[in-house]
Amino acid sequence: MSDARATVLARIRSALGSAPVVPDIPRDYRRTGELPPGDPALLEQLVDRLLDYKATVVRTSPDRLAADLVRTLRETMPEGGRLLVPPALPAAWSVPGTAVVDDGTLDATALDDFAGVLTACAAAVAETGTIALDGGPDQGRRAITLVPDRHFCVVRADQVVQTVPDLLHRLTPTSPLTLISGPSATSDIELNRVEGVHGPRTLVVLVLS
Amino acid sequence: MTRTATFLGMPTVAPRGVGALRGDESFPAAARKALGNEQLRRNLGHATRTIRAKRAAVVGEVPDWEELRLAGEALKAATMARLDTLLVQLEEQVTARGGTVHWARDANEANRIVLDLVRAAGADEVVKVKSMATQEIGLNEALEAGGVAAWETDLAELIVQLGHDKPSHILVPAIHRNRSEIRDIFLREMPGVSPELTDEPRELAMAARAHLRRKFLSARVAVSGANFAVAATGTLAVVESEGNGRMCLTLPQTLITVMGIEKVVPDWTDLEVFLQLLPRSSTGERMNPYTSLWTGVTPGDGPQDFHLILLDNGRTAVLGDAIGRSALHCIRCSACLNVCPVYERTGGHAYGSVYPGPIGAILSPQLTGVEDNASLPYASSLCGACFDACPVRIDIPSLLVHLRARHVEERAKRPAPSPEAVAMAAAAWVMASPARFRGGEGLLRLGRLLGRRRDRISALPYPLSAWTASRDLPRPPAQSFRTWWKTRASGGAS
Repeated sequence: MSDARATVLARIRSALGSAPVVPDIPRDYRRTGELPPGDPALLEQLVDRLLDYKATVVRTSPDRLAADLVRTLRETMPEGGRLLVPPALPAAWSVPGTAVVDDGTLDATALDDFAGVLTACAAAVAETGTIALDGGPDQGRRAITLVPDRHFCVVRADQVVQTVPDLLHRLTPTSPLTLISGPSATSDIELNRVEGVHGPRTLVVLVLS
Repeated sequence: MTRTATFLGMPTVAPRGVGALRGDESFPAAARKALGNEQLRRNLGHATRTIRAKRAAVVGEVPDWEELRLAGEALKAATMARLDTLLVQLEEQVTARGGTVHWARDANEANRIVLDLVRAAGADEVVKVKSMATQEIGLNEALEAGGVAAWETDLAELIVQLGHDKPSHILVPAIHRNRSEIRDIFLREMPGVSPELTDEPRELAMAARAHLRRKFLSARVAVSGANFAVAATGTLAVVESEGNGRMCLTLPQTLITVMGIEKVVPDWTDLEVFLQLLPRSSTGERMNPYTSLWTGVTPGDGPQDFHLILLDNGRTAVLGDAIGRSALHCIRCSACLNVCPVYERTGGHAYGSVYPGPIGAILSPQLTGVEDNASLPYASSLCGACFDACPVRIDIPSLLVHLRARHVEERAKRPAPSPEAVAMAAAAWVMASPARFRGGEGLLRLGRLLGRRRDRISALPYPLSAWTASRDLPRPPAQSFRTWWKTRASGGAS
């Protein structure tokens, strides 16, 4: 194995020859958005993009969140469907008492018995309609937002940035990260987009402002 | 000692007899067959038209698209120039965060490493995320030979695998199949599928979901490729749509990632360029549904045993050509395939390699050595649409010309000259003397006897048929320039 390492590295050095030129990187693209996080125009754009991806969007406020959550869950979850939540959601959300808190012991098959999962997020991008999860205690390990068929995700206004570079500045690279733009989809049949394959087929985003 | 090191360090092309970089026949021969398949041409025409319109719309809404392309191009060139340093840095970071890094000189070595790891994990099957690198090295065949079943989980890869078919597009390997062909494959090959299955795309996608669900939930080992790997942090990225990638990257205990050495990027912030360029160029979306980023092993979250295999398999040979090496900049978006007039008509199978289309025409011959894919640099009209579409500005037309020159030079070294070399030598001899050139012009006039009807010559006898088999020749003019000049001069016209 170390032989292979030495060989590949030696091949690269011999292919490059002496003193290969390293060009400067012209970073004349937009490295940050013009609008501050949470700007009303960004929230509008985020909602527009999410709807374009066939996600469901609920605009809500801190006062209405608890009631909107109850109503959204009632409308979207199947009769008797169980809800999973990560270890530490904000108390103010008044999560239904029937929800099961993930303790990290459920295997994939057990997770498949849940009809939905409710989480927060780490950040969101308005221009691309992207939501980022970083495994924080209000989002949980990656498997819980993957296996259940419905994902309810609360995005706070101050988490919404304009551009992809803005998003990456906010994230810690070494966390387990998932960037989500709409429900799972495929373009593999005649290059037409069809929503809903292996990931959650329903994505409900509650935008909190 | 020095001699051995030099020998070991010779950039080497991908070995023969393994993987999917070489076709059974030349491009012109394969293309002629493909062109006869009307269903194929209809499917491809429909699919590429759809994606071209989507791409144009989402690229058009990015005000700094050209600036992103310039940054992407420079980032890739800077990466290649320090590839050795960056790979060592990547290895350190992945190792420091609980992963294991392996190096593979070629396809055989990579396949052996994967097989050994799967066996060590005590598994006899793996779930796979769509990956060009593992297609390239023929991993599925190698695993099967070693008694391990490989399940493709990307919808298009599944269609190809169930149809006992070959991929024909980088992004959508089953692009040559339409919905009713896909339904027929599912009805024939998918155990337990409802006989009522229609050809509605959503129903077909649901059938795939049901088919693979249990596999995902019980898989112990997954094999993936990688779109990017950040040297500074050890972070790997897989960009996908369906969620099959997330399933494979999250649920199994063991994850094996096979990555071409050129996929490394220097810094985390460099992803801000590529994560904007790739989805819009690829599926024509503002952002693909899912991107997974992971660094080594995270306790309590995802695979606890992570292996990264760094694959050469001819890449260092590409790197050794100072002009040709920009083919390694490719981020596998497939925009160049979708805009190519040749690809649109022949489809991907005609290229013989797992990398079809314009990018394949410059990448495959360099990975294998030009002589093993000699017809590919000619599989283009040099129209330049591929360069305009390429998100990292690979100058594919210039590289095609460069490889044609390399091919001619390599052939010139052989003892028996090619017909083309003979023709060129004859032309040089004729053109070297005014008298011979005049005589040659006289001969050209004979050509006027041909092509009288359409003003074009479409068929000549052997050996000139080699030219007219795929091109028309303009009918020679009644008067040569030199004759015209002489009349003009003696007539004293202004």
